[in-house]
Amino acid sequence: MGRLCVICDKERAIIKRPKTGQKLCKECFYYVFETEIHNAIIDNKLFKKGDRIAIAASGGKDSTVLAHVMKLLNERYQYGLELFLLSVDEGITGYRDDSLETVKRNQQQYELPLKIISYSELYGWSMDQIVKEVGLKNNCTFCGVFRRQALDRGAVILNVDHIVTGHNADDIAETVLMNILRGDIARLQRCTEICTTGDGCIRRSKPFKYTYEKEIVMYAYFKKLDYFSTECIYSPNSYRGHARTFLKDLESVRPSAIIDIIHSGEAFEIKKEVKLPTQGVCKRCGYMSSNELCKACVLLEGLNRGLPK
Amino acid sequence: MSLLKIKLSFSGGIELLFDNIKQKSVEIPSSINPPNSTTMKDLISWMKDNLLKERPELFMSGDTVRPGILVLINDSDWELEGELEYEIKDGDDIVFISTLHGG
Ligand SMILES: [Zn+2]
Ligand SMILES: [Zn+2]
Repeated sequence: MGRLCVICDKERAIIKRPKTGQKLCKECFYYVFETEIHNAIIDNKLFKKGDRIAIAASGGKDSTVLAHVMKLLNERYQYGLELFLLSVDEGITGYRDDSLETVKRNQQQYELPLKIISYSELYGWSMDQIVKEVGLKNNCTFCGVFRRQALDRGAVILNVDHIVTGHNADDIAETVLMNILRGDIARLQRCTEICTTGDGCIRRSKPFKYTYEKEIVMYAYFKKLDYFSTECIYSPNSYRGHARTFLKDLESVRPSAIIDIIHSGEAFEIKKEVKLPTQGVCKRCGYMSSNELCKACVLLEGLNRGLPK
Repeated sequence: MSLLKIKLSFSGGIELLFDNIKQKSVEIPSSINPPNSTTMKDLISWMKDNLLKERPELFMSGDTVRPGILVLINDSDWELEGELEYEIKDGDDIVFISTLHGG
């Protein structure tokens, strides 16, 4: 089947883009993929010259491609950014220790400074220890709450202005669905924003907001990027798993489903009568929180209380 | 009946369903479903019967691969090659990548 690339009309097409159905050759695919991310960055004014940016790096496909593309675009378009890799070590033997090896290789490959921040040093508990204490029931809650704070705290240590994460269009569509399923109106409003800022908090953005997972994986494959891919050994998280399967099923029938769901999330208008939690700070640690204590401090209190003295 | 020698590769976490093997050369009948030539559809069900070690529902959905698993035939998106209808040729290089594992 000798079909040619629709852009250059010279080379053999190797990918069908899920977003547009276009058939592209390798070089044109790279160019379109990178340029769309550049456009998302420019159109949304994500950065300014001199910004210090931490790339949240897990060693997985999304953050590995993000590190590669951020470095490439920063050089190609002279953003003037100072880039860092920031990794969280949850303390999960056989999972995080392996993926951190990938991050360390990425550090060499991309020549970016790396900071690893661990749950044990931040909270006094590794995930292995937490699972021993609470079992496999709510462990993902702990991990999610702790990770979010850990990145912010790592960012303070690195003295950066901004954290970029590898959340892609599929992830965001999935989160829109999850927030609807949970009735979480406050998050539904925030989750589609390409850039969020808490009060006095570090900005976070998602340069891959419009980038399909399929293209990220194909890009990593053709560029032979080095990434780690194993499911977290503690994450059965079936509710989210069902949402993902549902989304992938929709996508296989109609690829635009991903972007359509993101647009739906953006278009939701919250009635004025709906009360949204007001944002304050945690009395204990100072992290932003809508309650007296932030979620991490509440979880920690429970953990520490259960500790045999 | 003749045999086709092909190379299969697994990555992105899907190798866990195949004994954690990343690459494997296999020989398959040129006509799994006589008299027709062996297609991707035949190969996928042949893999389920002969190679898959666990949880077929994580690999297959109906008679195709589960949505979220990317397939490349000779380094080209199988969506450009006819997907299930593609007729396997001797020496083909077929890659399965899961997008469902960890970001
Ligand atoms: Zn081209
Ligand atoms: Zn707190």
